[in-house]
Amino acid sequence: MKRLQWLVPTLYILFLLLPIYWLISMSFKSTNEILGGFTLWPQHFTLQNYRKIFTDPTWYNGYINSLIYVVMNTVLSVAVALPAAYAFSRYRFLGDKHLFFWLLTNRMAPAAVFALPFFQFYSALGLFDTYIAVALAHCLFNIPLAVWILEGFMSSVPRELDETAFVDGYGFWRFFTRIFIPTTAAGIGVAAFFCFMFSWVELLLAKTLTSVAAKPIAATMTRTASSSGYELGLLAAAGTLTIIPGAIVIYFVRNYIAKGFALGRV
Amino acid sequence: MKSKTENQKGWLFVLPVVLLVAFNAIIPLMTVVNYSVQETFGDNRFFFEGLKWFVQVLHSERFHASLGRQLAFTGIILAIEVPLGVAIALAMPRKGPWVSVCLVLMALPLLIPWNVVGAMWNIFALPDIGMLGKTLNSWGIDYNYTRQPFSAWATLIAMDVWHWTSLVVLLCYAGLSAIPDAYYQAARIDGASSWAVFRYIQLPKMKRVLTIAILLRFMDSFNIYTEPFVLTGGGPGNSTTLLSIDLVKVALGQFDLGPAAAMSIIYFLIILLLSWIFYTLMVQGEEQ
Repeated sequence: MKRLQWLVPTLYILFLLLPIYWLISMSFKSTNEILGGFTLWPQHFTLQNYRKIFTDPTWYNGYINSLIYVVMNTVLSVAVALPAAYAFSRYRFLGDKHLFFWLLTNRMAPAAVFALPFFQFYSALGLFDTYIAVALAHCLFNIPLAVWILEGFMSSVPRELDETAFVDGYGFWRFFTRIFIPTTAAGIGVAAFFCFMFSWVELLLAKTLTSVAAKPIAATMTRTASSSGYELGLLAAAGTLTIIPGAIVIYFVRNYIAKGFALGRV
Repeated sequence: MKSKTENQKGWLFVLPVVLLVAFNAIIPLMTVVNYSVQETFGDNRFFFEGLKWFVQVLHSERFHASLGRQLAFTGIILAIEVPLGVAIALAMPRKGPWVSVCLVLMALPLLIPWNVVGAMWNIFALPDIGMLGKTLNSWGIDYNYTRQPFSAWATLIAMDVWHWTSLVVLLCYAGLSAIPDAYYQAARIDGASSWAVFRYIQLPKMKRVLTIAILLRFMDSFNIYTEPFVLTGGGPGNSTTLLSIDLVKVALGQFDLGPAAAMSIIYFLIILLLSWIFYTLMVQGEEQ
């Protein structure tokens, strides 16, 4: 029984990799081969699909746009969440519990509910089709999440650390930036990872708030899928490329993730 | 743990967060509330209608049907993903080089954009040229997710299990790796069965992260839009039209602002209520 335990994760990972394998293998096939019949691996290996993506600006700009607003959103969310999480973990103030719950309710809000009002609201502000619009809109669910994660981490740092620093004559901001932030680096890493992840994978709001200039790659894909008919190979290649940034990020934070949840109140 | 200090300056610290979230939440939400009580004929003139749309939505069979499908979907995926996630987390190695490999590979589906997940399963399950569809059909199973509601549902659930079980695994694994070795040693000396170890050591330690996992999965599965939209588009017929898909159809497809807004509010309130019930139940369970 114990000896066969490794089978469970192995089978599960196999199940996870099958559709990904299919996507990647399809991205190296020509449209003719895909539609011509079932082949388990590419018979006529081609890089045509990737060449198209890297040479056509409407394609590769999609990746750049996505990365820009995702990074903007991650930086913004974590930056404002840091002091807030500190306050929630250290101070008691009027309405703190209600405020915390209200923040979390925004994490529960269905994006579909906000799609139309966001479109009108950001259009009225003149922010439609800008990176800022998407970065701000994604704050709706990323800030609550970042506060939630960071609060857990900060609560696990003993309060004596703050007191000792103040006794040693540190001013608040110097203490916060020089001592406290480095102490909670792991938590910041985890929070940033989750903000990156949820902003990167979200499509509905990003699509609603952009048309040309800031169009995310995910939206480029859906529009191409409907306009040019059945270019499955191209679609598969674009999909494969969207996996890469996530895979890179996850590789860097792999050790923090498990630790992060164990420490955090998450 | 020392108790928190009373300090109203806390408000200054949370102010940026409150402003940013309020900017995004309150103004658009007010727009929705505003639409939900008015009628428009598309010429930018609005007439007050009171609660007419709410009554209409609550009595519409279409809404009941999508709500029913939504509850069924959420119930099924929770019933599969939570036990499966716990089982996988228990079976994962605790030390050694395989831990990183497992974590990275398992987290992979979480970082794929949702429409790519939908598109990936779409081409994976195509009955004639997709790997899954072709295999099933060659085994003599009649499978076609664009025609048969049952196949569509099975594909939808398989996709969600594929996409999100890893979240449960990662959270549970984090909870498990926080258990000190001494606990297991003590259990071994007592001759505890593996069920007893699970019931009295591992499960209590996982309770908190499991609460989070269930809450997150509940909220996100109730909000799901992109993946089923890309995979089946709500079809065949209306068989996989979940709440979000129905809502977007009404709001952006038919541009019925009033009913769509009323539906949004009812939808949001349902999630809020169910999340709150979950939360209170589980927090109570934790305190006992």
